[in-house]
Amino acid sequence: MQNTIIIDGQEIIFKDGQTIMDAALAAKIYIPHLCHYPGLTPHGNCKLCTVNLGGKSVSACTTPAMSGQQISNNTAELNEARTTVTQMLFIEGDHICPSCEKTGNCKLQAMAYHLGMLDEHFSPFYPRREIDASHPAILLDRSRCILCDLCVRASREIDGKNVFAIAGRGIAAHLIVNSSSGKLVDSDIDVSDLATNICPVGAILIKEQSYTIPIGKRIYDQQTIVEVGLQEAISEKTKHDHD
Amino acid sequence: MTTTKIRIATTSLAGCFGCHMSFLDMDERLVALLEHVEFNRSPLTDIKHCDPCDIGLVEGGLCNAENIKVLREFRANCKILIAMGACAINGGVPAMRNHFDLRECLEEVYINGTGVEQPQIPNDTELPLLLDKVRPLSDVVQVDYYLPGCPPSANDFLRILSQLLEGKQAVIPANSFHFD
Ligand code: SF4
Ligand code: SF4
Repeated sequence: MQNTIIIDGQEIIFKDGQTIMDAALAAKIYIPHLCHYPGLTPHGNCKLCTVNLGGKSVSACTTPAMSGQQISNNTAELNEARTTVTQMLFIEGDHICPSCEKTGNCKLQAMAYHLGMLDEHFSPFYPRREIDASHPAILLDRSRCILCDLCVRASREIDGKNVFAIAGRGIAAHLIVNSSSGKLVDSDIDVSDLATNICPVGAILIKEQSYTIPIGKRIYDQQTIVEVGLQEAISEKTKHDHD
Repeated sequence: MTTTKIRIATTSLAGCFGCHMSFLDMDERLVALLEHVEFNRSPLTDIKHCDPCDIGLVEGGLCNAENIKVLREFRANCKILIAMGACAINGGVPAMRNHFDLRECLEEVYINGTGVEQPQIPNDTELPLLLDKVRPLSDVVQVDYYLPGCPPSANDFLRILSQLLEGKQAVIPANSFHFD
């Protein structure tokens, strides 16, 4: 007998060891996510992938698929909760898209488009967080960091380094750089590292490249986050290059 | 028989007038629109105060006491209030000053700025008091609709106005708007 689960009434096959997210993506079913990237250990911290499993809310990226599961994903109620989560991510950081180099290539923004989020609902925090411009080629603007932890995992699991970590708790949680000075320039990060390139928002940026592609012709000007999310995977080449 | 026209008021608070310019990008379509609407208080008419209106379009966020006064006048007089553009919705580019203390900003411009002669921070009583932080409209009044974009395009304006002119709820579908 094959292993199958049901997502929004559609029966799909999964392989042993897959999570609900893995199985869904393999079956080309999109479950919204920001902190998940196929190929990295799932963390379950953004909560966008919350689905309903037998009356309980669970993170699809960390919950193992098990035969017979009945899952609701694309429902009005869940998408409303996801919109609220996205609004909170916006107001907790400083997301002034018209002045951000990442605009058009940003997953947080594309998630807002996907969910039809027209405003931020809550009063913005306008936090002041430290910018690290020390590195000649890489900029870290913590005011846009959503603490997805992707750079932390990419650095450890793929790049074979340990450049980033998240320190502090709750509203005081923040991204730190593991170097003697705490600055990027003194770390061993490289422009070609996955950690440098995986940031879903405009928190880690490669300097002097941001406007090579004009606004209006960027990733999410051409495709939705659903289309992009269903194609994503760390290429074998990237994995191999960093072996 | 004369049909009454829908009355619209517009204003720019802490914005750059880009939304108003984009509104005018409707070009010849404005002529057709004007068969159904008339402008009340607006930089386009130079009328200084609102009469009771059907729709108020507010560009820009709130950076000083005068902005708040104008916004309250709009809310009191407009049946439907639309926050148009990024700055009205979340403060936008002017809110980048929230990274700094107000005094730092004033000193940077009026005391330490390049080419400043006779450095002094303006303090004429005619000048509206600056707010400590730039804030979105929804921090002060109830907003009925949000029209994102920096600026929203002429088509975005036409779409929302046509829906409202037909007496419908305005709907801006997912993936049909931009924040930049
Ligand atoms: S990181 Fe994304 S959401 Fe935040 S300001 Fe930049 S483009 Fe907008
Ligand atoms: S810097 Fe980017 S990749 Fe790293 S935790 Fe923050 S948002 Fe995620």
